[in-house]
Amino acid sequence: MEKRVTFSRSTIGILFAVPQLLLIFTFFYWPAGQAVYWSLTLQQPWGGGNIWVGLDNFRSILSNADYWNSITASLIFAAISTGLAMVIALVLAALTDRQLAGSWLYRVVLIWPYGIAAPALALAFRFILAPEAGFMAVVNRVWPGFWDPGLDGADAMASIIVAFSWKYVGYNFIFFLAAFQAIPRSLMEAAAMDGSGVLRRFWDIQFPLITPTIFFLLVINITESFQDSFGIVDIMTSGGPANATNLMVYKIYSDGFKGLDYSGAAAQSIILMVLIVALTIVQFRFIERRVHYR
Amino acid sequence: MTIIKRGLAALAAGALSTALAIPAFAEPVKFDFWFGLSGDLARVVDTLCKNFNASQMDYEVVCTSQGNYDATLQNTIAAFRAGKQPAVVQVYDVGTATMMLSGAYKPADKLMEENGYKIDYADYFPGIARYYATSKGEMLSFPFNSSTPLMYWNKDAFAKIGKTEAPKTWEDVGADLKALKDAGYECPMAINISANESWQIMEQFSAIHNQPIATKNNGYDGLDARLEVNKTKFVQYVTDLKKWYDAGLIKIKSKDLGQDMVQAFATGTCQVIMTSVGDHGTVGKTQKEGMNWDVAELPVYAGTERKNSLVGGASLWVLSGKSDAEYKGAAAFLNFIHDPKTALFWSTNTGYIPVTKSGFEYLKSQGFYDKAPYKGRETAIASLTASEPTEITRGVRLGNFTQIRAEFGTQMQAIFANKVSVQEGLDTLVKNGDAILDRFQQTYPGKTLP
Repeated sequence: MEKRVTFSRSTIGILFAVPQLLLIFTFFYWPAGQAVYWSLTLQQPWGGGNIWVGLDNFRSILSNADYWNSITASLIFAAISTGLAMVIALVLAALTDRQLAGSWLYRVVLIWPYGIAAPALALAFRFILAPEAGFMAVVNRVWPGFWDPGLDGADAMASIIVAFSWKYVGYNFIFFLAAFQAIPRSLMEAAAMDGSGVLRRFWDIQFPLITPTIFFLLVINITESFQDSFGIVDIMTSGGPANATNLMVYKIYSDGFKGLDYSGAAAQSIILMVLIVALTIVQFRFIERRVHYR
Repeated sequence: MTIIKRGLAALAAGALSTALAIPAFAEPVKFDFWFGLSGDLARVVDTLCKNFNASQMDYEVVCTSQGNYDATLQNTIAAFRAGKQPAVVQVYDVGTATMMLSGAYKPADKLMEENGYKIDYADYFPGIARYYATSKGEMLSFPFNSSTPLMYWNKDAFAKIGKTEAPKTWEDVGADLKALKDAGYECPMAINISANESWQIMEQFSAIHNQPIATKNNGYDGLDARLEVNKTKFVQYVTDLKKWYDAGLIKIKSKDLGQDMVQAFATGTCQVIMTSVGDHGTVGKTQKEGMNWDVAELPVYAGTERKNSLVGGASLWVLSGKSDAEYKGAAAFLNFIHDPKTALFWSTNTGYIPVTKSGFEYLKSQGFYDKAPYKGRETAIASLTASEPTEITRGVRLGNFTQIRAEFGTQMQAIFANKVSVQEGLDTLVKNGDAILDRFQQTYPGKTLP
């Protein structure tokens, strides 16, 4: 007699899945569907009615130079902040893994930044990077006019990149450290006995073995840089100066909630969603090939 | 996250209001009032609410701060769409056009009439009343916290260049700033050029000089109004400001850079600023020990006949869909706020000005303006009543004006960063602003402003 528990009918299986499906439907598909509907209409903010306008919202957004500027800014932000956050975290994790003196301390301390809410850390960085009062004031005293995020778009972009990267270094660090520690000691010891140095071991053994982690973090970092940058931008620059840091997610907020243009904001969030999905597909399609899963 | 949090707050407040709205015998009728002030000002509003509740037995107002003006409007819209709106809500000046088209309000004048309150609308300062009234002069909402901008100037610094009075024309301002610079002052004047400063730099300047911001009498006469600040005296003004900035006579001060204008003035770092009379108290409380300063009306260009400045702040709207009992309470509350004694309480505890002539007279009769720290605030009334409001100085009635203000900030920053010329920047401001107005008009097809 068969001892496995089997379900004679698929209905039972479906029943088990229903609670989860309901949750996904309520919190993902329903609002997403609503956003699609809103993006195809002009919504009166107070709910007095709406007009079907087809793709007009998309047309007007995509023909707007400011919007393309916002997409460019978001891509620059995503590329640089992801790069910074990952490289710094990788180096720190590699050093910590080598059990240098005090590494137990870094292990704890380096994780903290991720626990800080984005607006709080943005406020801290606003003080640190303030051109007249903060740390950068010292630099400005030596080179007057060097640092001016109030009018110089590049400086403002640099500020939000620094703040965002700082937060995600902590997050990436945890994953990198775990990945390093999962590498069997025997491999490293064998390589060391064969006479390879620290860097050789890193490039030939550790790096290839942690590529799955690198890939995972790349996907997460890029996705988050599109979504989690809101709080930092809101506190540090409000999208300025002259739209230099008006990232896509912030533009959605300011158009939708400050400007009460719900339809335009809905259309923008659809575009943002498509962009993130497309970027993720590209990463899986082209970069994942180079990942070695054990 | 913030959006979610605000949404939750709105839901929570909505749920609370339903729970509180259940009638009970011999209990006062409760109704909600949402407002957008925070910090010290929120505490003053709370006291105001307590005073109202203590003044009678029939109604109880539940006052909830939503943090700021934007959030108040957003949360109210969310609550309204869910049928959980408060009875009374504070909406900022530039939200007036949006409110008028919302169809979500009960006209304040009608509400007062239905509940037997006689309000003398002629008692409101015309500059304040017209800002919130329809083009036919009906009051759909009640002016609440009101202010207007003034020029704050450091008397000690001006004494050094031999001046005992604030400059009255922009030509004098230019000369004085130069003299201050030559006398060794690093920062003769501070401005900021974000969306918020659209108020004093663009809107107030245009009103005082009787220059339009938009066609159709600044939007009062129709939703098809379009911006025209790129061909008024405003162009010259921005050109001058930029010229002074380039010459080091004006510095940009903002919170993001470490110190905002008001702090820069109060600490004596900068000698002239233009900001709301509402900051009068803050400067007084935080000023450098022994610093002598005063306020004056905003300057005009030589040869200009000065017109009234515009009121800033917010008004109180009564929303539709509430019970008669709640409307009775709301009417009593508005009547309470209209009382001159409340005006005295309000102006004493905040920097806001009284909105009615009787309130102003009452304050004067109490000697309010005779002594520090309130002395000087009557300048705001002088500025607001400098003339009868013209078709253009009634106010600005444009849809989605918050976004136009944001566009103002963007273009000013581009101009000051030398990315575009003054004319190019203002042309772009008009072009992008018109796109915003276009969209607003499309959202309300066939509707007209009352």
